[in-house]
Amino acid sequence: MSSDTPRLVDSFTAPKEVLEEFAELAEEENYDPFAETASKRQIASRQSDYHNRRFSRQANESADAFKAAEEGTDIEGGYKEAMRLQRLEKEEERVRRAIEEKEREAREEGQAKMDLDKTPPRAEFEEAAKELAASGTKRKRRWDVAEPIEEENKENQGGEWSKEALDGAATKKRRSRWDATPAEVSTAPGETPKRSRWDQAPAAAPDVPMTPIIMNAPGFMHEDKHNRYLTDEELDAILPTQGYAIVTPPPGYAPLVRPPKLSATPITEVGFHIQEGSDAAAVAAAAGLAPDLPTEIPGVGSLAFFKAEDAQYFAKILKEEDETELSVDEMKERKIMRLLLKIKNGTPPVRKTALRQITDKAREFGAGPLFDKILPLLMERTLEDQERHLLVKVIDRVLYKLDDLVRPYVHKILVVIEPLLIDEDYYARVEGREIISNLSKAAGLAHMISTMRPDIDHADEYVRNTTARAFSVVASALGIPSLLPFLKAVCRSKKSWQARHTGIRIVQQIAIMMGCAVLPHLRNLVDCISHGLQDEQQKVRTMTALALAALAEAAAPYGIESFDNVLKPLWVGIRLHRGKSLAAFLKAIGFILPLMDPEYVSYYIKEVTIILIREFQTSDEEMKKIVLKVVQQCAATEGVTPQYIKQDILPDFFKAFWVRRMALDRRNYRQVVETTVELAQKSGVAEIVGRIVNDLKDEAEPYRKMVMETITKVVASLGASDIDERLEVRLVDGIIYAFQEQTTEDQVMLDGFGTVVNALGIRVKPYLTQIVSTILWRLNNKSAKVRQQAADLTTRLAVVIKQCGEDQLLSKLGLVLFEQLGEEYPDTLGSIIAAEGAIANVVGMTQMNPPVKDLLPRMTPILRNRHEKVQEATINLIGRIADRGAEFVPAREWMRICFELLDLLKAHKKGIRRAAVNSFGYIAKSLGPQDVLQVLLTNLRVQERQSRVCSTVAIAIVAETCGPFTCIPAILNEYRTAELNVRTGCLKALSFVFEYVGPQSAYYADSVVTMLEDALTDRDLVHRQTASTIVKHLALGVAGLGCEDSMLHLMNLVWPNCFETSPHVIGAVMEAIEAMRVTLGPGVLLSYVLQGLFHPARKVREVYWRIYNSLYLGASDALVPFYPDLGELSEGQNVYDRHPLQMFV
Amino acid sequence: MSSELRYTANTQLEHLHARYTGTGHADLTKYEWLTHQHRDTLSSIVGHPPLLSYLAIADGEAVGRVKFEMTERMLQPCGPPPAKEE
Repeated sequence: MSSDTPRLVDSFTAPKEVLEEFAELAEEENYDPFAETASKRQIASRQSDYHNRRFSRQANESADAFKAAEEGTDIEGGYKEAMRLQRLEKEEERVRRAIEEKEREAREEGQAKMDLDKTPPRAEFEEAAKELAASGTKRKRRWDVAEPIEEENKENQGGEWSKEALDGAATKKRRSRWDATPAEVSTAPGETPKRSRWDQAPAAAPDVPMTPIIMNAPGFMHEDKHNRYLTDEELDAILPTQGYAIVTPPPGYAPLVRPPKLSATPITEVGFHIQEGSDAAAVAAAAGLAPDLPTEIPGVGSLAFFKAEDAQYFAKILKEEDETELSVDEMKERKIMRLLLKIKNGTPPVRKTALRQITDKAREFGAGPLFDKILPLLMERTLEDQERHLLVKVIDRVLYKLDDLVRPYVHKILVVIEPLLIDEDYYARVEGREIISNLSKAAGLAHMISTMRPDIDHADEYVRNTTARAFSVVASALGIPSLLPFLKAVCRSKKSWQARHTGIRIVQQIAIMMGCAVLPHLRNLVDCISHGLQDEQQKVRTMTALALAALAEAAAPYGIESFDNVLKPLWVGIRLHRGKSLAAFLKAIGFILPLMDPEYVSYYIKEVTIILIREFQTSDEEMKKIVLKVVQQCAATEGVTPQYIKQDILPDFFKAFWVRRMALDRRNYRQVVETTVELAQKSGVAEIVGRIVNDLKDEAEPYRKMVMETITKVVASLGASDIDERLEVRLVDGIIYAFQEQTTEDQVMLDGFGTVVNALGIRVKPYLTQIVSTILWRLNNKSAKVRQQAADLTTRLAVVIKQCGEDQLLSKLGLVLFEQLGEEYPDTLGSIIAAEGAIANVVGMTQMNPPVKDLLPRMTPILRNRHEKVQEATINLIGRIADRGAEFVPAREWMRICFELLDLLKAHKKGIRRAAVNSFGYIAKSLGPQDVLQVLLTNLRVQERQSRVCSTVAIAIVAETCGPFTCIPAILNEYRTAELNVRTGCLKALSFVFEYVGPQSAYYADSVVTMLEDALTDRDLVHRQTASTIVKHLALGVAGLGCEDSMLHLMNLVWPNCFETSPHVIGAVMEAIEAMRVTLGPGVLLSYVLQGLFHPARKVREVYWRIYNSLYLGASDALVPFYPDLGELSEGQNVYDRHPLQMFV
Repeated sequence: MSSELRYTANTQLEHLHARYTGTGHADLTKYEWLTHQHRDTLSSIVGHPPLLSYLAIADGEAVGRVKFEMTERMLQPCGPPPAKEE
């Protein structure tokens, strides 16, 4: 701005509201948009409380009994030990619960002193404990009350729970997780081998506190970059130099906060830049949103991200250390940590090499140091999916290498991996299964059983659940037979019902996981659990029934003979039980029924129907679902008669389930519809439709929808021939009512209308006038959605209207739709065009009203619409007209459309591009190829690759429809253009032409040879690649048609390209050579290949052998006469003459 | 396979080839290659009955005998493998 420009105002400022907006923005600056998603990525934060119970599990070291036996050492922490610990834990749990119970009771009775103190006073504790002890069970006692409890118990203990073990344990092992002080952790190593890593406080490295680590790390800025102080230089740059003075601070002033040491802020840090190896976290860090953390670790290099939580695990490697002072073990530990950090947080290439290193060195590192580092990482609460996946992968690889060295860590690994088995993510479950299966193969069955046995009757249901799943994986890895004896024992356990429950659950999980692979062991598995149906514990009975259901489902349709033993208890059981266990029993019956012989099944069904009908009334959602499922399964069996269903099931079924309430819940809705459809298969359309057709006029819309969906499905699968005249009237009436009254926009009503009308066929003729007038009225509705639905309905009805001979109505609809083409909502417009297209399809181009010559010019401007649905409908209609009625439209109009079509080649949807390319073919057929071809060849000059590629395809299609002779000269001429894009485009077009015309290429082979000569000797790789593709199609087309001379010439030009290394080029060249084998015969090819098979240069040999191999695989028998006579190479015992070939008569 | 081709689509081709007997590679010896040729020749004769009867006539043997001999010959058509040079 020049200085003499007059200034209008002294100063002006932005409007107030703008300033306010900026102020708001500034406040929002600290808002981190990634924070929410970051928490979602964390597995723990999105999982349920049940899933997160894994954090409260305790892991034990499991001694390797096999190794100990070999070495003759005593086992410490073996199975016995584990069982003892587990009992202790169970005891604690029970006492805790008892105390809670007691407290609650006291509170309820109003005796509690309501002193808001969460822990009741000690006196109360002791009182409770005494009371519990008095109430008969000896072992109910608080764990930390030191009392000589062992004396009382000693007599009861036998076998595994032996006296010696107790004596030894009583002194040493009476520690529990809660009362262990950190001081105990630091006792001499080796003395307490049972220390678990999980109960240690996170301050595992007290000498290095967490914050300083981050602060020391390179790249860390001491202040948040948005709130840091301005430097003097920056202030100088901002403030004017004149009129200001820097005031010295008043004497005695001491700043409250020590000003941070300002390292020179690099200029590049300011502003936005994308970091290498971008990850969400890295991007967030770059944007200054995430807290600043190091991405450079000494000895590790740059990482993709680094979380605050990582610092706590990797503290030891975050600072520089003098490596000479470290012991070998410490060095090893740091090495493992570095590798793990690289794997967990590194970029893919870094991760890959680190993973390979850790795998290779696994045995060197040893199981202990490795798992001590890996497992705590997996239990971190902020773990994300990607990290978990990588760590699990590490375990998998390491397991493979460690093999039986892994035994002492089996339980620890299981504690970490078992939760994966109940993860909601399918891939996590698969990963978990993989690990456990590898683990069981490495550790062996005996060790797995002794490790997991204590968890089978664990106090926590969560632990039992995951253990059962883990056991089923072990069974599938090592075979069901090997696990059967153990399963039998567990399922019959007398000691605790939990063990039986878990044992039966293992069988259930095996069935679910292995599917039909249980068939060979079906009888054994069923026998194993059959007694559970009469168990005294209700939970065990329920689980048994569920396991039987899973087994029957897995075995279907075989194996009924294995279930013989359980049929009676099951059928008796449904009369005895109520509630949950009844539901489970019914479920089992539902899955066993389809396995039965049709002769017997009807008896069993009659038995169960009584109960089912009684349970129709249930208010329990779960029971409702199971009842519906069983009814569906009953109806599907062969043995049940339509008569029985009609008389005994249907009346109650409809009374109980065809009520409005059922339509409100999504899952109930689906189940009722499915079951009704299944019942209809047996009882017939008329029976079902007759019962519900009146409900099409019900006042509740969701219910109408449910009725409509059922009718649709029934009619679609069984047809409408069953429906008599009176029902037909009610049905059509109901459908029209339901269609008109709908307020929500979904497909159900539309589909239903279309299906029913199409099924009725010519029988709807009397109703058509009414239906069409409905459509016409709705086409003028002011809601766009209503108009769209009316148009969609027209599309579906067009065929039926034509069948009924109501051409009058069709032409009326056609005209109204034509008038609607000015529609502004693209979705609606698309439907209208599609409807117009459907009418044009059924009436034909000549009878079409409006006439095609009016319709098409109206479509031309619509082609410019960018909406995909509109584009697709339009191009389909235009293509149809070009195919069937091109002569009704003037050539000039078609040319206009050609130009518009070029734009459609850019469409994202493949269907649109294909329709456009085909339309070029139709148009060229009616107009003659010249003009269309000119348009397409010119289009080869455009920028977008997709458009060019589509043009080449269109050229090839024009060549196919109008004959190659019309196109090939033009293409050859265009090839002389100096532009690279055009030349490759021409080559590509030729390649498609020869692919499409096949044997016809024989007439044109000689005319393209010179052009191919030029292309195959071009410097440009792509030229040679595309030319090779042409040669391939040409050679395959002319095989056996006497073009060997020119093909041999092309072969000589293609051959030298076999040394190309670019993958696409070498692929094309190899294919061309393969095609030559077909045309020229393998003998000719062999003579080429023989030149280099034993070439001194390996690179030559490799290529030639590859060609030889494809030649050999393609025509090994045909090569026999062409092998060279190498008899002169014979030496000593080896005679290389092929004598049989030298014989003659 | 040369290193630059290791990661391309042709790897699959290479692997596919290696799965069949009779295919070769850059380090194939003369003996191995010729053994394959001989086996192919013999199996081709056994597989084409006209060729088999032609040889039977030329040899003055029964067709079955010739077929049997051809099949037997396939075991070591060019004699035992030469001693490996270290």
